[in-house]
Amino acid sequence: MSLAVTTSVHDGVAIVTLDLPNSPVNIITRGVRDEFTTLFDRLERDQNVRAAILVSGKPDTFIAGADIDEFLQLGTASALERLSREGQLLLDSMERTRIPVVAAIHGACLGGGLEAVLACRYRIATDHPKTVLGLPEVQLGLIPGGGGTQRLPRLVGLRSALDMILTGKNIRAKKALQMGLVDEMVHPSILRKVAMQRARELADGTRKPARKNGGIASFALERNPAGRSFVLKKARESVLAKTRGHYPAPLAAIEAVAAGYSGGKAHGFSEESRLFGEMGGTDVSKQLVSLFFATTALKKDTGVSTDVTPAQVDRIAILGAGFMGAGIASIAVQQGTMVRMKDADHTRVAKGYSAIRDVVKERLVKKQITRTQFSDYMSLVGGTVDYSGFGGVDLVIEAVFEDLAVKHKVLEEVEAVIGDQAIFASNTSTIPIARIAEASRHPERLLGMHFFSPVHKMPLLEVIVTPATLDEVTATVVAYGKKLGKTVIVVNDGPGFYVNRILSPYINEAGRLLDEGTPIDQIDKALVEFGFPVGPITLIDEVGLDVAAKAGKIMADAFGARLTPPASVARVVEAGRYGRKAKKGFYRYDAEGKKGDPDPEVYTLFRSSAPGADKAGKEGAGVDVITNAEIQQRCVLALLNEAARCLQEGVIRSARDGDIGAVYGFGFPPFRGGPFRYMDALGAAAVVQQLEELNGRFPGRFEPADTLVEMARKGSRFYTDTKS
Amino acid sequence: MESHPNQRVAIVAGVRTPFVRAGTLFKTISAIDLGKLCVAELIHRTNLDGKEVQALVFGTVIPSVVAPNIAREVSLLPMLPKGVQAFSVSRACASANQAITDAADQISLGHLDVAIAGGSESLSNVPILHSQGMAEALVLASKAKTMGGRVRALARIRPKDLIPITPAIAEPSTGETMGQSAEKMAKLNNISRDEQDQFALRSHRLAAEGTKDGRLTAEMMPVYVPPKYESSATTDNGIREDTSYEQLAQLKPVFDRLYGSVTAGNASPLTDGAACVLLMSEQKAKELGYAPLGYIKSYAYAALDPGEQLLQAPVLAAPWALKRAGLSLKDIDLVEMHEAFAAQVLSNLRGLESQAWAERAGFTSPVGEVDRDRLNVMGGSISIGHPFGATGSRITVTLLNELRRRDKQFGLMTVCAAGGMGFAMVVERA
Repeated sequence: MSLAVTTSVHDGVAIVTLDLPNSPVNIITRGVRDEFTTLFDRLERDQNVRAAILVSGKPDTFIAGADIDEFLQLGTASALERLSREGQLLLDSMERTRIPVVAAIHGACLGGGLEAVLACRYRIATDHPKTVLGLPEVQLGLIPGGGGTQRLPRLVGLRSALDMILTGKNIRAKKALQMGLVDEMVHPSILRKVAMQRARELADGTRKPARKNGGIASFALERNPAGRSFVLKKARESVLAKTRGHYPAPLAAIEAVAAGYSGGKAHGFSEESRLFGEMGGTDVSKQLVSLFFATTALKKDTGVSTDVTPAQVDRIAILGAGFMGAGIASIAVQQGTMVRMKDADHTRVAKGYSAIRDVVKERLVKKQITRTQFSDYMSLVGGTVDYSGFGGVDLVIEAVFEDLAVKHKVLEEVEAVIGDQAIFASNTSTIPIARIAEASRHPERLLGMHFFSPVHKMPLLEVIVTPATLDEVTATVVAYGKKLGKTVIVVNDGPGFYVNRILSPYINEAGRLLDEGTPIDQIDKALVEFGFPVGPITLIDEVGLDVAAKAGKIMADAFGARLTPPASVARVVEAGRYGRKAKKGFYRYDAEGKKGDPDPEVYTLFRSSAPGADKAGKEGAGVDVITNAEIQQRCVLALLNEAARCLQEGVIRSARDGDIGAVYGFGFPPFRGGPFRYMDALGAAAVVQQLEELNGRFPGRFEPADTLVEMARKGSRFYTDTKS
Repeated sequence: MESHPNQRVAIVAGVRTPFVRAGTLFKTISAIDLGKLCVAELIHRTNLDGKEVQALVFGTVIPSVVAPNIAREVSLLPMLPKGVQAFSVSRACASANQAITDAADQISLGHLDVAIAGGSESLSNVPILHSQGMAEALVLASKAKTMGGRVRALARIRPKDLIPITPAIAEPSTGETMGQSAEKMAKLNNISRDEQDQFALRSHRLAAEGTKDGRLTAEMMPVYVPPKYESSATTDNGIREDTSYEQLAQLKPVFDRLYGSVTAGNASPLTDGAACVLLMSEQKAKELGYAPLGYIKSYAYAALDPGEQLLQAPVLAAPWALKRAGLSLKDIDLVEMHEAFAAQVLSNLRGLESQAWAERAGFTSPVGEVDRDRLNVMGGSISIGHPFGATGSRITVTLLNELRRRDKQFGLMTVCAAGGMGFAMVVERA
């Protein structure tokens, strides 16, 4: 068996190299832990060794974290607690060993990797963009289990430590140096040399790591019990405000940190292990881990089943310099893509430039990019009002007005000027791709790229293929979408594709609740309580009511009564209340577009005609009968049922894609794992029973999907790996 | 690459920014950034793979003090390989021509196949210098080792040292401003005020026509103005469609208030802008599937004593360019003459007809009378504007585009330049 850890001794300093065989990155597996245990025992006893440095044998990662597969196999809380305990003991012995260990960090140093480094005597990081440090455990519903909740606050202070542990965010080397997380920052080419020198100096006692005291604020808030309890209390409040109680891990992390201060170090470590085990056993963690695996799997997915080579995309054209077009341009230029951006007049093109600049400038202001990068990105945009410069593009993304005739016209114009190998992608969110392709001379090189708004923030890209689309075209666009940093799902063409199709009944149901007299804010609050980032009414205000209405009509045309939008939205659109962009929708907005309360005027637009109008009473006071649970049930079940239909009809390739699409597309609660994981958790029988009950009350809207009925009968699940 | 000399040099395409009066739309854009915008657009609209470009030569007259090699800054555009050779040239108002002929020479020698050449100028962003006294004090203070030393150094500064130095458009050798030179040429060559104003009027009228019918705008790119992109420039803003002879005639002479004839109306304005061309060996253009605008047939530079007639050297260069092309003026279908001043154009035209100037150039007979119907048929620098470093490239493209539109073969261009220098080139339509 090949070893992951190798050592060589130079002038009394052992160079310990971690290089996990057959893996692109280093992760801490059981095998690695065992090797380290043996190694440190040996080094401890070897009198020729007076110091050690820890380095990675991988090019641009240090240690990416612990082995998550191992967590999954262990499963139970007690086994996970034991795992944490073992890890702690290993790191404890490393910390206490006679020989000082210096961590020479180049590349990502995350999770268990960072915890190992925290147990070293001295830390040096390279000044390199790939070098980042962080404790991302909470993102998987876990907490650091290798002493991270204990050592980190003592090293960088309570507030900085909580910030890292509760957000899981990556810290760059420069910041790490400023906050005292590392002792030095050096150029990669001298990392090893400096680490060796420091190791010797530490062994000789000629150097002691400097520790920051953090100034007056630190004295007031961190180095006395009253200050600490204030900080911890604030942290709990802020976590609860953000998670609405859906995510237990951040609170558990705070508890572990607190235990280390109140009950001493040993107590802190044992609480950390206990809470680590407890968190690992939660459904929330299981769902978050399954999403993590699904995302990882999608990164490797080419989007097609055949073995084709994606073509390189160096140059694209974007039709339409509006918010979507400019958004796509803003992420494309950041990957070095030349972007030809066309719109009908110079004013619109200039607005597009301005929107691109806003996105890129934000990164400059946050110091994520240099001034040169900023200027390079802007230089890659070439605005135009004609089709010059289209001849050399690899991909055209159309983001013009959502009107089939307009799309056909630009498609014909574009096909006349682009090369034979160029791909045409439509960013339509509503029009079936096959309809657009009717005007194409090359339907085999045409597909949909459905980005979500705002493009630079939304992680999902839906790639929509028709039966005519060539696999190599799909693979090229999927690969390029990934290059743009998106999580890409490939879906088959159909009205609303996947994401908008399952949103449609959910939004409709919210609209029907409005018609019945339910207050706007009650609907939104109920679904935020369920775990959505915003409620459905806020969502359509954001998307734009005109857009939503247009989409609603297409869905109704395609699916009939089941997906016919309610009267309420139509009335509000007719009144010109287009949502945030018009600074009036269901909610009020101030001059800067900041959202306020629901606008009572809106109710007068549809109450009189709505079935529940007589019960509505005063504005916004609403009906007294409906509970939040019923709001959740009606909206969410409509969505789940439609998702099941999409899988049954082959719109999505797998439940996995369906879950990722819903979570990344519109924020389906990640702790519920996505619609399919959630249906598995509820059980098909329960889902069908609830749907039938609702269908009895609202005939036609909730008829269970055949596949669900079938699954209920067989007692089967969407995922075979579901244990709970 | 190896050298395969005697390549024919193709001018594949060219583009320029609109030329705008200094202090207006482009006042926030440096010459370097204007150059970058222009070169990036050239690559975009020619569908050129940036990796093909081997050299970039750029001209500018007032370089940035902090980034003196404008060509290198422009060549660091993200769509170009970092290995592009880049150097900047300075030949006053013929700088872009120098850039083009230097790049063309490299292609002709077979040293490279693909180059971008051009120039840019921002007269909105000229470096303002400290006075000698101020500069000395600052240098001393920066070298001082103690606070006391720094204070003593800065204490040397006198109120007059605080007056900054702005670069003037004057000859360093003679101290004569460009306008004074033009004024002198008008007198020496008997160019009347009336003739000058008529010529300026013609320039504006023809440029306005060329803009209206799209011939001039065809060589232009839209510029969406950074950093805020709240405005865009799509056309030259110095052309006065509505100007009249009467209006021009009313303007006061600027350089000689008593007996002068050169006014702001019959001189080219201070302008911001950039222009560039894509050059290739004929063979490479063919391989890449380009249909070039035309080929460089010949060129010549000349110079005379700047204290004499500062802007008359094109008269010495033109016969040589024609001779090297094996052509005479009657073969030339179109002539583009840079219009620094109406007085200068008219002096140049007279010089070309003159036996004395022909003999000075080393010829037995003059070039001849330029047919006005073939001269600057879409106006010139007086109306379009004159960003010093860019004009030469602008004229090259204007000339080639118009030859093509008229289905004609040969074009001659001349450019006068400070320092008593002149340039002429003959191009042939592809």
